[in-house]
This record gives sequence, C-alpha cells and structure tokens, in this order.
Amino acid sequence: MSSSRRDVLDTSAAPSRPARRTAEFTPGLQLSGDHDLCPGCGEPIALRAILETLAELGLADAAIGVVGIGCYTALTSLIDVDLIQALHGRAPSVATGAKRMRPETLLFTLQGDGDMVNEGLQEVIHAAARGEKITCLLLNNGVFGETGGHMTATTVLGQRTKNTLEGRNADDHGHPIPIAELIARLGGTGYAARGSVHDVKSIATTRRYLRRAFEHQLRGEGFSFVEILTMCPTGWFVPTAEGPRYLEEVMGSVHVTGELKKPGR
Amino acid sequence: MEGSEAITEAALSAGCRFFAGYPMTPFTEVHEGFARRLPDVGGVCINAESELEAVGMAWGAAATGARAATGSTGQGLSLMQESLSEITRAELPLVVFNMARGQGDYFQATRGGGHGDYRHVVLAPIDAAEAAHLTQLAFHLADLWRHPVLIYGDYLLAHTSEAVEIVHRDFGPLPEKDWAVDGSLGGTGRSRNVNPIGMTKGSKGIDPAAFWDHLQQKTDRIEAAEARFETESCEDAELVVVAFGTLARFARYVVRELRAEDLPVGYFRPVSLWPYPKGALLEAARGCGGVACLEQNAGQMIDDVRLSLLGEAPVLPIGGISTDAAGFGVGPLLDAAVIRERVLGALREIRP
Amino acid sequence: MSGVASRGTVVIARERCKGCTLCVPACPPGVLHMSEEVNRSGLAYPELVAGCTGCGACSWVCPDFCFEVYRYEEPVTHAVSR
Repeated sequence: MSSSRRDVLDTSAAPSRPARRTAEFTPGLQLSGDHDLCPGCGEPIALRAILETLAELGLADAAIGVVGIGCYTALTSLIDVDLIQALHGRAPSVATGAKRMRPETLLFTLQGDGDMVNEGLQEVIHAAARGEKITCLLLNNGVFGETGGHMTATTVLGQRTKNTLEGRNADDHGHPIPIAELIARLGGTGYAARGSVHDVKSIATTRRYLRRAFEHQLRGEGFSFVEILTMCPTGWFVPTAEGPRYLEEVMGSVHVTGELKKPGR
Repeated sequence: MEGSEAITEAALSAGCRFFAGYPMTPFTEVHEGFARRLPDVGGVCINAESELEAVGMAWGAAATGARAATGSTGQGLSLMQESLSEITRAELPLVVFNMARGQGDYFQATRGGGHGDYRHVVLAPIDAAEAAHLTQLAFHLADLWRHPVLIYGDYLLAHTSEAVEIVHRDFGPLPEKDWAVDGSLGGTGRSRNVNPIGMTKGSKGIDPAAFWDHLQQKTDRIEAAEARFETESCEDAELVVVAFGTLARFARYVVRELRAEDLPVGYFRPVSLWPYPKGALLEAARGCGGVACLEQNAGQMIDDVRLSLLGEAPVLPIGGISTDAAGFGVGPLLDAAVIRERVLGALREIRP
Repeated sequence: MSGVASRGTVVIARERCKGCTLCVPACPPGVLHMSEEVNRSGLAYPELVAGCTGCGACSWVCPDFCFEVYRYEEPVTHAVSR
C-alpha cells in the first residue's frame, strides 16, 4: 500500500492532542543519538538495549563500563555511564581490577568479536574461569568493522570479508570459535547466553538475557556473559535492508542464539 | 628483611591495596610478598594469567582511585609496554616494579618500549632501605602527577637481606581523585571516561594533537621537578664515577676507598633514571678530567651521561656485560676489587 | 472517506536518518514507509501513515535514534482517501 502524499501524517513535532510519551529518541543513559556508525549497524541497537536494561535495574549511578576497541568505541562519548576505555582485547582484565576494588558496583565490558575473540581471548577465558563477578558483553558481527570489514575469529565459513573475498574456508582460514559455548563450559561462569538484534522479538529476548546476566552479577554468583549478534551490512557486502536476514541465516545458523548456562535453579 | 619484602611492606604502608603479577625470577618474591600480605590489609592480589593481564588489572584498579601496582622482570615488562604507554596517556597513577636481571633494561625503563611520545618517572634504589623509601615516594609521585612511576630494582636488591625499618612517610598534600571511576556519576550528564584516546563525553570525535600537547606539557613539568641524585667528593675530583642501582653501592665503596688513599675521584649516582639529573651531573663534572660510566650492560646509561656533559669532559665506559650462569644478573663485575682496577685504569687514562 | 484509528504517533528526526529502512519491516502495523523526498544527506527517511499503536518497535530497531514515541489518551481517527 504505497502512501499517497495526503495520507502521510505530520511527524515533525510532538502531537498536539493529549498523549503520553512512551519512548524518547535516546535512552536516558545516552547523551545524544548523533554518531557516525554505518547505516543499518546493529551496535547502536544493542547499546540501547544495554542502557535501558541498566536503567530499569536502577544501576545508572552504580555501574562501570569497560570498553574495548572497535566501531562501538565511538559510541562511548554518548554513553552517560562511568567508563574506562581499555586497550584492544584487555577489557575483562581492566574490569577484573576495577570490580575487585569496587565490589559494590556493577562492572560490565563492552567488546566486539575482534576485540574479545581475537585479541583478548585469553582475558575473557581466564576471567570466566576465575569466576570474576563481572558481566562481559560481546557485540558479534563476525568482522573487524572499524578497519572496514576484515575476518575475525567468529567469521563463519563461506562468509565474504575484506581478507576472505571468496568466502572463509576451513583449509585456509580455519573454523569460527563458538565463544559463548566455550565460556559456558568454564566452572567460573554462572550465566551465558547469545542473543541478537535483527528484529524486535530477538531484541526483547536479548534484553531479558542482559537483565538476567546483570542480576546474576548483583547476586555475586560469579561470571556472566551475553553475546549479541549485530548487523554489519558494510562488512557483509549486503544492503542495509538485507542485514537482518543475513544475520539470521548466515551468522545465526552457526552462532545459535539461546541461553547456554543458567544458575542451577 | 630482604629487598623484596622491604618493597612490599613499604607499598602496603603507602596504602597500596591492589597488586597483580605473574611469577618470574627475580621478581617472584615481590609477588609472593603481596600475595601473602595484601589480604591482611583488606587488599587484593591476583595471579594474572600473563603479564599482559596483570598490567590490565592494575589499570582497572588504579582507574577506580585505588593505589595499585604491578611488576615483573625486564622480559615480563616487555609484555606490558603497550599498556604502560597507554596508561600514561590515560593519566593513571600506577607503580610498576622491574626487579631486573642486571641493568640491560635501562633503555626499556627510561625510553619506554611503547608507542608514541611518553615518558614516565623511573627511580633506581641502591639498597633495601632506599627501595622502601622510593617505593613510598613512587605512590606519592604517581598520585601527584597522575602518571606511572617505575621502580628499577634487580636480583641483588631482591635477595639481599638488610636491616630495614618501614616508617610511614607523608610526602605532602595530593590532589583529589575526582577523576576516579566509581559509577556514581552515571546518568548525571557528567559521567567519566578514563581513556587514553582523548575522548570527552558529549562531543563526537577526538582532537589528538591538543590531547598529546596537553600530556607533553605535563611531562615537561615532571622532567623539570623530579630529578634526584646522590653525589660525593666531586668538587675537586679529577675523575667522576657514575653508576646507578645496587652496582653504585660498589662504586661508592671504591671511591671512598681511593679517596682515603688521596686519589682525586668523585662519585655521582642518578636516583631518578628519568628524569635523568643532567644539570647535576654537568655541575659535578665541572673541571674534572673525565667521567667514568660504570653500568652492568653493553652501554645504555652512557648515552644519558654524554647528553648531560655534551663534550664538557671525556666519557669512559668502565662497565660491561656481566651476569651469572643463569643470566640473572649477579656477575663478576659486582666486585669492589674488579671495579677498583677499572676506576684506576680510567684515572691513568685521563692523567697525562 | 473512511477513517483509520491511530492509538499513538511518533516524532521522526528525519535529518539524522541514514536511510537504512530497518524500521519499515519492524513496525507491527506496517505504518512506516520510506519517503520519496530525501533529507539533507540525500537519503530517504521514514514517514508515518494512520494506524500507529505507539508500541515503540521503531525506536527499538533504529540505529540512529530517530523515533520519539507517543500514545494518545484517546485514539485519533485520520481521514484516509480510498
């Protein structure tokens, strides 16, 4: 049903009729919506889910975020939470030191797949094994977005990237690392889940995972982990509208979403 | 107590409440000391999975305002260089201990092995008593300047037992740590971002040039303020012997011995390897016939000696590579008789 | 002229939109369509027609935070040409 000119409603200002605002442009814990990430990027969508979950849990002034290096690093100037910028891959270690000194504060890391599963795999594995009471969040788009879309450790077989133009193949480039499953296997991990942001339903599910992971930390029951699959149309060589489908079919078939580890109850 | 214990006790008395490390000779005993004693004072010591994570954890602890430290020996510090340069840019107070194997880490310590323009204070104790004092001072200077401070110790210092009294020292007032990240400013529009890139909340992008200029101005202020040295009988000295760390203890002994025999030798020791006390060395060497540089490596501090003198006096290297069978640092050079011969040789060389 | 009820509406920051179109399929009642005109960046942006429920799905999926969502006290009927 193409909308003819007359049917388009005025959306330039707040409604004059009595109405209640149910959602602001940006989450309460975000200073602005102005950023330069690519059209169709899933990372700001994940950021909204994270910040709104923190606010819902009343953690606005009791949380410290430790951020890795990737496209999302540019978003840190918008995030109205106390932050520590870590080196590429080192966020879980920095978060460990901070949490040990501030046990009453919620510590979370915000990292990409290149940051966590390539550069910083040792950090996150050992932090989980030690059962550090922190929550590591992974934005997984299967490429190094910031450098223009190169292969990472989670790039799936067949996926085209700037350095696997014919598609990743096992002989030359090895196999993707199922990081959430790896983390779930470690004794110190209390909660591990993988969500995605390619449609409203999956965003709602991811928000539930985030809430449970943060609550797990608040109960002091060891390490918690949420991986969030995010779209990267630029890095995937697909139009923005195709991002969600590509995520579901290409990424989601390998990195299966769901809760991988929950407390005993 | 052994030097290692003096260092850990001094750190605790200075309020250090976090340490992360990875065992490596001859640094291990410092790490063991923190592991044993930090819990007694409500502190935390973590056995990191590698030096890379050790400095990362100390980074996180320091960012929350706690007095934190890490360390290793030269090889382990090589793994930490990226972090040390970025911690300097993030303006975080961190104390780092290099219990080195000899003096071959001089360049690593004073020039830094990280990327970009950055320097950090390096203090080299001569013995366990001074190691305790400089450790306490290091935590003060780190907070004063919001800057990392490195203590350059070695095998001999770590494992030599001496009478050491750990006295609580107050070095004066320090700025508030309002920058420390504790989560409290979330949602206020004034939340913090301790970062080495120069990002500021609310404004897109960064201005690296302005950010680095600001850091360089601070580095210049530190360089002008924090040089420390020890000197003895240089006023009428014909030959000034320059040495640092525990090796300087031997040099001082030899110079005193030769002075007792009326030989015109003087002694100069940089306590801070950065900032190097250039002016003081130039002053001490004024009117002398030569400066003998005694160091336990192939020649590194000699660069700074030459930079200090700028040709005012000839510089004679009398040190060299010297280590034990394991390469841990206690070699034949650490012997007063050997050093005496080298000093006398230098004296002969400069006297017609 | 029949009417279509809207239980809510949105304000759209069309100049910030990067034209990714993710909001269009995500809108449960399907009342968002990309414009014919373009914003200052030369990109099409979403437009609203009658039938909005104020559910906020668009604000959840928009990578550029272009939606502010309202729910009317009383549903509003818009005349719609057939």
